[in-house]
Order: sequence, then C-alpha cells, then structure tokens
Amino acid sequence: MQTFINKPKIISRRSLCLLTGLFITVLTANAQLKLPAGFSAVTVVEAFGRTRHIAVAANGAIFVKLSKLKDGKGIYRLQDTNGDGKADKVTGFGSFAGTGMAISNGYLYASSDEEVFRFKLDGDNNVVSDKPEKIVTGLLSRHEHEAKAIALNDKGDLFVNIGAYSNACQLQDRTKGSPGDKPCKILDSAGGIWLFKADQPNQTYGTGTRYATGLRNVVGLDWNKATNSLFVMQHGRDQLHDLYPDMWDTKQSAELPAECMYELHQGSNCGWPYIFYDQIQHKKILAPEYGGDGKKTAGEDAQDPVVAFPGHLGPNGLLFYTGSQFPEKYKNGAFIAFHGSWNRAPEPQKGYFVVFQPFKDGKPSGDWEVFADNFSGGPEKTASGRVDYRPCGLAQGPDGSIYVTDDTKGTIWKISYKK
Amino acid sequence: MKKNALFLPLACGLLLLAGVLMSQTKKPATAGPQASITRGKQVYHDQCLACHMADGLGVQGMNPPLVKTKFVLGDKVTLVKIVLNGMTGIEVEGDDYHGVMAPHADLTDQQIADVLTYVRNSFGNKAKAVTAAEVKAIRAKNAPAH
Repeated sequence: MQTFINKPKIISRRSLCLLTGLFITVLTANAQLKLPAGFSAVTVVEAFGRTRHIAVAANGAIFVKLSKLKDGKGIYRLQDTNGDGKADKVTGFGSFAGTGMAISNGYLYASSDEEVFRFKLDGDNNVVSDKPEKIVTGLLSRHEHEAKAIALNDKGDLFVNIGAYSNACQLQDRTKGSPGDKPCKILDSAGGIWLFKADQPNQTYGTGTRYATGLRNVVGLDWNKATNSLFVMQHGRDQLHDLYPDMWDTKQSAELPAECMYELHQGSNCGWPYIFYDQIQHKKILAPEYGGDGKKTAGEDAQDPVVAFPGHLGPNGLLFYTGSQFPEKYKNGAFIAFHGSWNRAPEPQKGYFVVFQPFKDGKPSGDWEVFADNFSGGPEKTASGRVDYRPCGLAQGPDGSIYVTDDTKGTIWKISYKK
Repeated sequence: MKKNALFLPLACGLLLLAGVLMSQTKKPATAGPQASITRGKQVYHDQCLACHMADGLGVQGMNPPLVKTKFVLGDKVTLVKIVLNGMTGIEVEGDDYHGVMAPHADLTDQQIADVLTYVRNSFGNKAKAVTAAEVKAIRAKNAPAH
C-alpha cells in the first residue's frame, strides 16, 4: 500500500476521496432510513439548516420553516421540477425564525416564537408578496417551550400552541425542593392551545380564546379530518429523579411520565402541572410538586390520553394520513415524529424515529409501531444521543407520499410506497 | 506495512501494561487539582449530567455545551455565578439555548470548586482549577436571588 503513495498522486487521491466522500454522504442520507417493505426514501434537500415544520401544497411545492435564519430567510419554498424527488428550485423569504408551518385556504401560515403570519399564495403556490399579514401577535415566549406550533381546519380556525415556560410550574423552575404554584398562574397565558380566526389580522390574547388547557408543551398537532377534531402530542414533564430522587430512580425517571396523545375539544383540560400520566400504572398521578408520592392519583377533571408513549421521546410532528398511496392500514392513522430524548440521561437515550399509530373509526386501534427508524445512525448513537438526524416535521404530499424533516442538519426525506 | 501492523498492538500492549503497573503503585491523591477533578466528576454526574450530558456537549436548542466555550474557560467569577444563580437562555457560538438552569447555591464551596475544575479540565477543555476559597469569595459578594 505504502508504495503507491507519492506526492502527485496524493492530490488526485484526495480529490477522489472528497468526491467519494460526498457521494457516500448522499448515498447514506438517502439510504439511512429503515422502512417497512415496499417503502423507500429520497432526500429532498440535505444540510439545509434547522428545518422544523413543513407543509406541501397541492402542486407539490414544499414550504419549510427554519428555527434559525439561513441567508437571512426563515422560510424556504422547495420544488422538484423534474420528478426525481430532489428540490431543484429553491427560494427563501420571511425574515423571522420559528417552527409553525401550514397551508390553508390559499394561504401559507408561519409562526415565530411570538407571532403568527400568513402569506397569500398564487395559482402556482408561489407567495404573492414576501410581506406577510400579521394574524396573531404578542404571544408569550420566555425561552422554555417557545415554539408556537400551529394547525388549521377548513372552518377558518387557527390553533396555536402556547407552551408553558416551565417544567412543572414550581415557584422556582426546575429547582429541587421548590413547591408547585397553587393555582399555577402560568396557565392563564400559556400551557395550552389557543384558538384564533385564520383570517383576522393583529389578534392578541384578548381576541383569541383558550381552547384547551393543562398542556405543558405541544409541538406536534394536527386536525383530524376523520373525527373533525384537533389531536395533539404533549411533551411530558422532565426530571422526576433529579427533583425527587427518593421517589423515582433514574430508570423509572427515564420512562416516566408518558408522552401523551390527546384528542381536544373546546374546554379540554389535560391536567398539567397537577398530574402526569403514568403509562405503566395506567393512571393519572398527582405531581410531586403538589403533594404526590408516585402512587396517589388525582386529576379527576382531567381527560385521559388516547395513546400513551414512553417518556421523553419528544413528539415534534403529528400527521393524520389521508392519502391513498400507502397500504390501506395507514388510512386515517397517525404518524408521529419523535425528535428523540435528552432527559433519559444517565440511562440510554431513545426515540429518533417516526412511529405509526393505527386508527379505526376515529379511535386508536392496536399497538403503535416504528415506521421509519435509524435517523440516529445506529444503536450506540441512539444511546448517547449524539445522533445523525432528529426527526421533527411531517407533511403529506399530493401524491400520498409523506415528508419528514430533520432539524439538526436540515435533511428532508420524501417517503413513498410502491407495491 | 507489516512491521507497523505488528508494532502498533505491541506498543499499545506495553503502554497498557505500564498504565496498569503505574495505577497499582500510585496512591490515590487527596489534595491538589487531580483530586478536585476526581471529586468533581461525581458532582458532575449527580448535578449536571442530566442536562449537559456525559460528554459535556449539551442538547441542541436547550442545554448549552460546556466544551471550549468562553463561559467555561473564561472568567471564573462569571462561571461561579452561573452555578450559584442558575440561568435562562444563552447564545453560544451563534446558537440559542432555551433551557432553564436552576440555581445550585446549595452546593458547598468545595463541591462547586471541584465540579468547575472537573469541567474546565474535561471534554477537551484545559483551564486553571477553581478553588474553594475563590468560590467562597465570589459567593460572599453574590447578590442573593431572593
């Protein structure tokens, strides 16, 4: 081997290595995901930035929201003009960072951490102007749970998550020995889903209504057209062991509490911060900050989750599948993008996958299963949390394919099915 | 090539053997920076690891990394005050972190000195030790949070 190496060749070998490296990167990102038989994935873009939520227009134009500006822009329109799945026409607009992205009734809706905007779309789903109309303004953003995830229905309702700027509404956040605030004042202006009108400018807390309360933070939410109701994925509380080491060991604290799916209606209460859902005991448990000991139940007025997933997986995307491309069992079921955990340390981390929860007649039916796996790049990377990709946003394309974003590097996959 | 292939494992083996012998003869240190680092590792495990992770790299968008940042390697007063008072929201190397860090004023001067000395000399960091006397002086001038 040694004998082949000489000066002039090093250069050509290097460039060859570089080229091969690039080629392998592309190949790996494309081939990274493990999918059920018949499904395949292509990358729409790679290394694009902090790509969060995503929406796809009827003509296939993709809109993605970035949580960090890329070349001064916070929204990108991606189009595949030659049908190979890759974006070959890319345009940026919107000078604000954020998470929320949705298309409704000829408008593109986008959120920063304090406001919701909309851009009118023309017949080709291009934005008519890069100056948006401000729909909601003045929402609380105090660092924690700042993302304002949004969902719309075709009745002109705009649902906005306003996450609690707290872990468990302690008087001093995340501090050992600090009691829970009674009643929790955060719930007056956060810790729930607020309802606004999709077409009225400059709405505030005063003109909106609190649709659902007792939700610590929601990033994945979607309007279910089969039930005509809003479904959300709550990010459950952290640090049971850190704050109450006598009640929960690190293993229990890694699993608890559940990451819950709720079906919401006007006036829904999901119980945060007073209770959490223990998916092992199948009970609503009184939070330790409010006198709980890990066994006492409470929250009789709080609704039960429709599905309870393992703790700390970080559900960041929810999509009800209405397409016809995928096999019949996927119809009207839910895809959930789990961003992956951090609050399982020192136990191994978990998640970094897209899950499918089957539904029948508007109710979860049967066990959830991992649909798209290996975003992490392998079991060791999953365990350490130092992963290749973290799934975040989900959207369905007009052909029935689904799209998944990753917000660490900025890879977007298009997942399709062929018999 | 063949020579190298043989030499490498041999050299590693010798080094390993030397290491084992040394660790057997070496008495555990009870004072000085090395002892502080050893104690600090335990404090880190109990107090910091859950958020800043075993490798000190933190969590994207939430808990900042402790590796090669001015916050860790720079001014000791600022660093000790972060531990005493906690913090919310910080920008490190152009990235925002939104996590909330609780105050850790309940730790002793020695524990704070140990954990900071550990952090300043782990994960590829290299900076001077923090002493309990320094923490005591900073704590005395620190405005109480309540």
